[in-house]
Amino acid sequence: MGEEMAENIFVKKLKEKFPSIEFENERQHDFDIIKVPRDRLFSVIKFFKEDPDLDCDMLVDLTCVDYLGEEPRFELVYHLRSMKKLHMIRVKSRVPEDDPVIDSLTPLYKIANWFEREVWDMYGVKFRGHPDLRRILLYEEFEGHPLRKDYPRTKEQPLVPYRKQES
Amino acid sequence: MALDIEKIADDQMILNIGPSHPAMHGTIRIVVKLEGETVVDSDVEVGFLHRGFEKMAESFRYQQVIPLTDRLNYVSPLINNVGYVMAVEKLLGIEDLIPERTQYIRVIMSELSRITDHLTCLGAMVMELGAQTAFFYFMTAREYIYQVIEHVTGARVTTSYTRIGGLRNDLPDGFEELLEAALRKTEEVLSEIHGLFDRNRIFIDRTRGVGVISQEDAISYGFTGPLLRATGIPYDVRKAYPYLVYDRLDFEIPVGEYGDTYDRYMVRMLEMEQSIRIIRQAMKQLPEGPIYVDRRDIVLPPKEEVYNTIEGTINHFKLIFEGIKPPKGEVYVAVEGGNGELGFYIVSDGSERPYKVRVRPPSFIHMAALSDLIKGHMIADIIPIFGSINMIGGECDR
Repeated sequence: MGEEMAENIFVKKLKEKFPSIEFENERQHDFDIIKVPRDRLFSVIKFFKEDPDLDCDMLVDLTCVDYLGEEPRFELVYHLRSMKKLHMIRVKSRVPEDDPVIDSLTPLYKIANWFEREVWDMYGVKFRGHPDLRRILLYEEFEGHPLRKDYPRTKEQPLVPYRKQES
Repeated sequence: MALDIEKIADDQMILNIGPSHPAMHGTIRIVVKLEGETVVDSDVEVGFLHRGFEKMAESFRYQQVIPLTDRLNYVSPLINNVGYVMAVEKLLGIEDLIPERTQYIRVIMSELSRITDHLTCLGAMVMELGAQTAFFYFMTAREYIYQVIEHVTGARVTTSYTRIGGLRNDLPDGFEELLEAALRKTEEVLSEIHGLFDRNRIFIDRTRGVGVISQEDAISYGFTGPLLRATGIPYDVRKAYPYLVYDRLDFEIPVGEYGDTYDRYMVRMLEMEQSIRIIRQAMKQLPEGPIYVDRRDIVLPPKEEVYNTIEGTINHFKLIFEGIKPPKGEVYVAVEGGNGELGFYIVSDGSERPYKVRVRPPSFIHMAALSDLIKGHMIADIIPIFGSINMIGGECDR
């Protein structure tokens, strides 16, 4: 979906603004991807939002991918779009299993509130600065995070115990 | 924010609406803090219909996920089918090989689905406002379209019509006449509905200036689809990033002015007319030709070959047992769903099962704003505001 013209504008601007950040970038299936360290994610996305040439005013999607066995384990995937220029960018950042914390985007985008609650619910990644990090799709009593790859697919946690069938 | 039900002033009260409440469609719970009849704060709870779509999709083969996508948005399942297979096709690198006839049929079926989606949304919304008769008008028109869809796909709701690299079957004989008859009857119903509501004093009183959202807030909340267009932003995936053959078809994007419930009604009504226009053009341009890509590692061979030749049998066996194996990578593909931008983000690890299937659910995103939309309104206004969002439980909760 990225356009030819916008191909490297994110990378170029990022290098100008933050010369010290180590980041990787690639292009896959017409989509530009930028990987940044987690402690710089907030400032990078803030820059993408506020820079007039990039102008990413919509957080299109936020999700997480569990790469079990790799280190760091969880990869957060942010899709950003400029509604005026219609270019998109995918920003990724990894967090380790023993300290799954990343800065919350709630001060920048209102939708980040529910997106981050869902990632917390499904993957157990915490968002620093989130005002209300509760489970959203599952119930409070649920144990574990079901979309982690090591959560068994057939495991059940009914709130009310199943009745035994009498023979 | 979670409501602290202990900390309320003397003149305030807490009221629980749903999930077992007909206006909440059985899947939403709203806890509201009231001052008299005015909502001062609220907490919206979703997730009562959570089925673990993503977990299931990770353990299924790529072809097996298609029936799951029906169950996401069950009033416009065909758009979900189309969106998912387009994402997988892009992952496979065959998106340019899809035959033109298939692309046109996908457009026609998507637009039919869009009409049924909008009809369902508006029908439910006006019914909850008390317009029971109009609900039947909407449902009658939806029935005309459903019969066409059933004729093509064999099912009304759980269609599973698309296949990776093609479609399950071609259009049946006599489709064009059937479609045209259904479209004409739908147009008649739509003009009657326009007459019933556009300048209806009661309807305007209940919807004008109710549930207003500004353009900045709508973008910050990630709104897309009719809700965003009602605020006046002409964003439509079909125009912004044309997919399939939408760039060859002539249509307009209706926009609203105030971003209130009435504008959402109007945008949806006008969009249905545009959809009918698109379908008629696509029918005229519809070319002859195959409906499948010519790739035996992706598409099942025809049944005559499976039963009569050893190559066909082995081909069929290998595809069923080994599945389709897209190369390692990830892809994001968005289509314009009935409610807004429906995105599929798929990660492949090179095996026959997707490593991750993420749906960008427009309903979930719109529900995040409900708490803000109803703030300051009367309790009775919750119903039209919630109705105009068109929350589809299957997609919101996945």
